[in-house]
Amino acid sequence: MPWRLLRFALNKKHPEPRMFTFHEKLKPSYDVVIIGAGGHGLAAAYYLAKEHGVTNVCVLEKGYIGGGNTGRNTTIIRSNYLTPEGVQFYDESVKLWQDLSTDFDLNLFYANRGHFTLAHTDSALRTMRWRAEVNKHYGVNSEVVGPEVVKEAAPMIDLSCAGHAPILGALYHAPGSVARHDAVAWGYGRGADQRGVEIHQQTEVLGIDVQAGKVKGVKTSRGYISTGKVLCAVAGSTPRILKMVDVKTPIYIHPLQAMVSEPIKPWLDPILVSGSLHVYISQSARGELVMGASLDPYELHGTRSTLDFVEGLSTHMLEMFPFLSGVKVMRQWAGMADMTPDFAPVMGKTPVEGFYLDSGWGTWGFKATPVCGKTMAHTLVNDTPHPLITGFSMDRFRNYALTGEKGAASVGH
Amino acid sequence: MKILTCPLNGPRPVSEFFYWGEVRPMPNPNLASDDEWADYVFNRNGAPGVKKEWWCHTPSNTWFIAERDTEKDVVLKTYFYQGEE
Ligand SMILES: Cc1cc2nc3c(=O)[nH]c(=O)nc-3n(C[C@H](O)[C@H](O)[C@H](O)COP(=O)(O)OP(=O)(O)OC[C@H]3O[C@@H](n4cnc5c(N)ncnc54)[C@H](O)[C@@H]3O)c2cc1C
Repeated sequence: MPWRLLRFALNKKHPEPRMFTFHEKLKPSYDVVIIGAGGHGLAAAYYLAKEHGVTNVCVLEKGYIGGGNTGRNTTIIRSNYLTPEGVQFYDESVKLWQDLSTDFDLNLFYANRGHFTLAHTDSALRTMRWRAEVNKHYGVNSEVVGPEVVKEAAPMIDLSCAGHAPILGALYHAPGSVARHDAVAWGYGRGADQRGVEIHQQTEVLGIDVQAGKVKGVKTSRGYISTGKVLCAVAGSTPRILKMVDVKTPIYIHPLQAMVSEPIKPWLDPILVSGSLHVYISQSARGELVMGASLDPYELHGTRSTLDFVEGLSTHMLEMFPFLSGVKVMRQWAGMADMTPDFAPVMGKTPVEGFYLDSGWGTWGFKATPVCGKTMAHTLVNDTPHPLITGFSMDRFRNYALTGEKGAASVGH
Repeated sequence: MKILTCPLNGPRPVSEFFYWGEVRPMPNPNLASDDEWADYVFNRNGAPGVKKEWWCHTPSNTWFIAERDTEKDVVLKTYFYQGEE
């Protein structure tokens, strides 16, 4: 290293700029405590500070920023859902995504690729027509296309899928995009930090102090904090936190796995999803194929990955793209997906006063990061659910009024 | 590959099995209130722990119970259902 560069590096006058302020201690109290520094928790902190001027806020993270499902997901962003509630909500999110890089002054590598959901059966095609009509009604760009359009967008595809699952058509969603997942957490985190929010990593929430049905404070691995408002945004750890406040929900945890291949020359522009073959695939800006399948078949509160997954996914992948047989798998991993029976989230107020929930994000919550932050910030400040999330309240189960968001499904993302 | 012990067929690869969730006693539908019934239908004990679960060995259609630590993914024992405990 040239001597002058080294001298510059050691000079205290020019410290390396840090993305986040390090806070030695927790304050004894905050107006709002957010559990979980994933995209959702940090986005809520960001909008609390930016849009509502609430800055006496801390975000507690047991690991590191973005180390949960935010940093493990396959980053598909789309809004072609099935129910009116879902479509309006995700559409608002897609609109927010488009300006985020500018808002943050940070490149999120937001790449608009177009998204195909492949239909291999008549019934799948029928559902897609239904979805397209709901989507169009709400002004979302979505249409059913024939196999030739799929072939044109992804010329390497075997339209017969090895002869036993021929592609009959697809739901095409032009706004479908991918983005750099960590950068999303960093962008929201930095924006919140710059506005005075404290982010405390390596700080685990161990208990929640509830007295007479009201939140009074939070017990953490670094001491007690008093607060009247807690937002729980912990995805796969939601049931553990709910146990602390004694609130019951239908949320259950199954792992969701993913893998990437070695980087190869760009050949796949759009994002492809096949529900029947349990495959979804996109090619990252680095050339890696980012691939996922369906949910693991049983409950598990851990992030181990399995060979069964790689074998199963690769088999189906080769049915669609036989030419990939020589490509190596580089990495695989898992996240804990917080699933709900109707594939819609559980958001808003809870029976415990001052305890707010942003959960049930399962396999589909990355795309919702901006709109969740915005609507949860509004909900905390006004103590009433934002109009876009009233359909996602936890009461819907007790009232037998489920959302039925099959547009999400385990593989649909 | 993960191995699960079927009480009828012995140790078999986990891919031969089907998981059907925690064993939960059903309230009497004629006596339960709407809230109790909704609680039974929808709510789950989602937190990790040692749970009694329904599993089925699909090739032989054998239903049985496994006691499993859902955090460590360790099966403590498997046995046939003995009626409500
Ligand atoms: C393999 C995989 C692929 C996916 N693909 C997609 C996709 O393509 N598109 C899409 O939209 N969604 C996708 N998802 C879903 C998406 O990743 C999640 O819904 C979303 O990222 C959830 O964000 P979050 O901020 O709520 O949670 P997380 O990012 O998980 O953040 C929660 C944080 O809370 C922390 N925490 C937990 N307990 C405590 C505690 N007691 N104290 C303090 N901190 C705690 C955790 O360490 C974690 O960092 C995928 C998920 C997985 C696993």
